[in-house]
Amino acid sequence: MDPTDRRYTPEHEWVKLEGDVAVVGITHFAQDQLGDVVYVELPKVGERVEAMKPFGVVESVKTASDLFAPIGGTIAEVNGQLESEPQLVNDAPYEGGWMIKIQPDDPAEIDNLLSAEQYADQVAGSP
Amino acid sequence: MAFVPLTSDERQAMLKEVGVGSVADLFVDIPADVRFPHLDVPPPLTELETVAKMSALAAKNQHVGQLACFVGAGYYNHYSPSVVSHLMGRSEFYTSYTPYQPEVSQGTLQYSWEFQSLVCDLFEMDVANSSVYDGASASAEAVLMALRIARRDRVVLDGSVHPEYRSVINSYLDGRGIDIATSEVSLAEEKLRRQPILDLIDEKTACVVIQQPDFFGTIRDLEAVAAKCHETGALLVYVVGDPVSLGLLKTPGGWGADIAVGEGQGLGLPLQFGGPGVGLMTCKQQHLRQLPGRIVGQTTDHDGRRGFVLTLQAREQHIRREKATSNICTSQTLLALGATIYLASMGPAGLKQAAALSHKRARSVADQIKRLSGYRVVNDGPFFNEMIVICPTDGATMRHELAGRGIIGGYPLGREYPGFENGLVLCATERTTNAEIDRLLDGLREIGGGR
Repeated sequence: MDPTDRRYTPEHEWVKLEGDVAVVGITHFAQDQLGDVVYVELPKVGERVEAMKPFGVVESVKTASDLFAPIGGTIAEVNGQLESEPQLVNDAPYEGGWMIKIQPDDPAEIDNLLSAEQYADQVAGSP
Repeated sequence: MAFVPLTSDERQAMLKEVGVGSVADLFVDIPADVRFPHLDVPPPLTELETVAKMSALAAKNQHVGQLACFVGAGYYNHYSPSVVSHLMGRSEFYTSYTPYQPEVSQGTLQYSWEFQSLVCDLFEMDVANSSVYDGASASAEAVLMALRIARRDRVVLDGSVHPEYRSVINSYLDGRGIDIATSEVSLAEEKLRRQPILDLIDEKTACVVIQQPDFFGTIRDLEAVAAKCHETGALLVYVVGDPVSLGLLKTPGGWGADIAVGEGQGLGLPLQFGGPGVGLMTCKQQHLRQLPGRIVGQTTDHDGRRGFVLTLQAREQHIRREKATSNICTSQTLLALGATIYLASMGPAGLKQAAALSHKRARSVADQIKRLSGYRVVNDGPFFNEMIVICPTDGATMRHELAGRGIIGGYPLGREYPGFENGLVLCATERTTNAEIDRLLDGLREIGGGR
């Protein structure tokens, strides 16, 4: 079961409120499907992101996929460590493999996203 | 299984979907008289007749083997050791192409990798791709790349970047909402004047495109431009003029270029009527993910033997489609091979010698032209192997008159540079002989004297 202290998107991102910023990463299922992550293209601090619009790209040995912002807001921080250690996304998707921190326009937006349980149901239903 | 691309039912369904009655209706926007033009084609010829006719036509061509060549402007009549054309012409290479399962062709990948390594050495840059179409497309791809990296929407072009390259850059940027500022170059009191490019660079600028040696052959101090770029967060896109100049000159990497590109034709490849060429494209390590085109990497197989792969393919269109770094590029593998053989056979010492000789011949041309009445060399600094000559009459007429004397007499500037109607860019290379220079001077004297 994925951590219950956060919310999930149907596109396999997670988001967790830490104080007034929202931390975003991709799920264990997503990193497992991607295979070895070799590169993560992230936005710049201060850029605007919109809910369910791409904010970056994750690239693995197999493919490259868009990353979707779970909520709208302004980029407060990006995980610079991923530049030299992209494998953190595989090794610790819910911890060291986080990608961006968003200053949310409306923190309540998070409540509309999937719970860990709902996300698990979605993953179980996917082929 | 029969392959039927389209049944008439499917065709009807599609026509209905787009709302037209017939396939012909799709072409109504094309004026009727040019839609199916009548072609006035002569009757067929036999093979023997065809060969005779085509040979007669081909004999009308004039080429640098017969004429004295004083034109450069992006394509240079440099010396090429015979080993280059000999090896390139071998059938193993001549039909080469990076195949769709590239790793089966280890030889192709190896020489592409050698090419990349040599281009990195030549430019003193961290990484190179396995080439793009030509210098112009490499320049335009470099600008697109800089826009992606900087995430800004202003581009500054130096007015002395090859006008055709600037034209291609403008085409690539058309419709993207990019603000393009081009520095002005003018001629006042017989002196070349440049609008200071530093004034155009600001915090919104994604990149500054400069060329060295520039389109007029001038070699400039780029330190201030590089510093201003890096201070404002803009990328320095460096277009190498004649690549042979790097035998003598400070490299793009040495000047602090972030992306460096150029046309590789000068590296031992034929002039071939102005193309195809081979686009050289390099960047700093940190921009590697945004570099378009194919990149060959060296690796080891499971037995630990050296091997080569196409690497970092997630940048490319067969993986990433609309998010690819480019959807309009491919490597010029055969010509990249030619440049590789050239660089390997010339070596650093040979390249330096070719560059020095080329420069020496150009100096000789300039020194003697300066002594002719009615002619001026107006470069605003040292030049490599090209120079701007202001003539007593317009450049196009000069070129025509010189052609009548068996001389390819430079590139007329009037079309792209208003105010330079009497300007010609002349070039000399290590192949230029003293006898050819004498012929040029005689021609200039005659044409100038008649005015």
